[in-house]
Amino acid sequence: MNWCEYPGYLLGSEVFQNYGCRMASGLWVTFELVVISVAIGFVLALGLAIARLYGPRWAKVAINGYTTFFRGTPLLCQLFLVYYGLGQFRLFWQDVGLWWFFREPFYCALLTFTVNTAAYQAEILRGAIQSIPRGQFEGAMALGLHRWSTLRLVIMPQAMILALRPLGNELIVMIKSSAIASLVTLFDLMGATRLAFARSFDLTIYLYAALIYLLLVEVIRRVWDRLELRLTRHMALR
Amino acid sequence: MFDKLALLGFGDGGWGLALLQGAGITIAIALATLPFGLLLGLIVALGKRSENIVLRWLATVYTTVFRGVPELLTLYIIYFGIQIVLQQAWISLGLPGNFSMPPFVAGMVALGVVLSAFSSEVWVGALNSIQKGQREAAAALGLSKGQAFRLVVFPQLIRVALPGLGNNWMVLLKETSLVSVITLPDIMFITTRANVATKEPFLFFGAAMLIYLFFSLISAWGVGRLEIRANRGFATFGGATR
Repeated sequence: MNWCEYPGYLLGSEVFQNYGCRMASGLWVTFELVVISVAIGFVLALGLAIARLYGPRWAKVAINGYTTFFRGTPLLCQLFLVYYGLGQFRLFWQDVGLWWFFREPFYCALLTFTVNTAAYQAEILRGAIQSIPRGQFEGAMALGLHRWSTLRLVIMPQAMILALRPLGNELIVMIKSSAIASLVTLFDLMGATRLAFARSFDLTIYLYAALIYLLLVEVIRRVWDRLELRLTRHMALR
Repeated sequence: MFDKLALLGFGDGGWGLALLQGAGITIAIALATLPFGLLLGLIVALGKRSENIVLRWLATVYTTVFRGVPELLTLYIIYFGIQIVLQQAWISLGLPGNFSMPPFVAGMVALGVVLSAFSSEVWVGALNSIQKGQREAAAALGLSKGQAFRLVVFPQLIRVALPGLGNNWMVLLKETSLVSVITLPDIMFITTRANVATKEPFLFFGAAMLIYLFFSLISAWGVGRLEIRANRGFATFGGATR
């Protein structure tokens, strides 16, 4: 028996045992989707937040439009627009040699999630940077720090601590939202579960999937709490 | 490109009317879910602050579960789950034919349950911000517990809770797109169908995006207006009440 069949076996659930391996590989797809998109999204968001606050006027307007657009529309709609909508321009993508990318639902989901989470994370980071008191900038200036050094050495370390909790929430939201990747034929955890249900018509498989998602979210929540305690250990007890 | 825009129109072969109806369904399910979800959220919040340990525990488990499980999964479980349970009840009652779950109700229940879990957090935060003295003073004035809540606590509660609840509403509005998978003919459902019929996915999903964006912008404006109204007579350190 494969290791991935054990949970179902131990819980005495035939469906869960039969589809355990598919769900395990589905969980891996979910994991890849979320980790890669949130990580790339974070890097993008850093740049976006800084450009939104200190960049030229046109950049501010453009970034504002970007975040409003992606935060104001459903992720499902964005995913369909990328997967079906951009896939419509097949000849163009073939010409520029990018068809391999837009052909794959995995890459489409990855692109959509990255762009979406970058918008949310950019707003989180912008809020965090903005809530650093003005005196911190002035103090750094008085010390003769360059603008860029001020940001890197004084502002960002404080802003990141403020942003930690909302960023953790965003990670959890992305794990949950990634379930819609199953709607573009991707076999993530949700996709594998849908397949199992469609073949067995046993509703309990959805409950097991819910349990797995719940565990995942709880583990991350707890790890994040620990992380926050650790990163704020130099601050006064609250 | 422009000749294809006729597909969005109201003329022959245009999907304008269908899209409009879809937009109506989206708004209808969001508006129908809102009071149900918020009220349930308030009840859950009161449960979390209850002195009864069982109630507190139940309320905590409830929010943990429905905040942790993907909305899509909750929707499926409720849609198929209620369907199966009621189907069995239907048969055991000896009624003829089949029971079929109306997708609107399933969507409303699923979205409402998720909304209640998230809004209960907002309610708890707001309830905590109201000092005990407010209730005591209300009691001293001879108001019953219910009157104290309705006349003294609630108006102050709403002011604190409004930004959070506004956020919940925006999330709800976007989450309604999921009900298309249980065949409720909302914007997403209509555009998916239009895509199948016309093979113009970019045009239709783009149009859907703009409709959602329009609703979001309107909502943001509306929530802002409500906040100003809830804050009236409440001086902030900026001086005036905005």
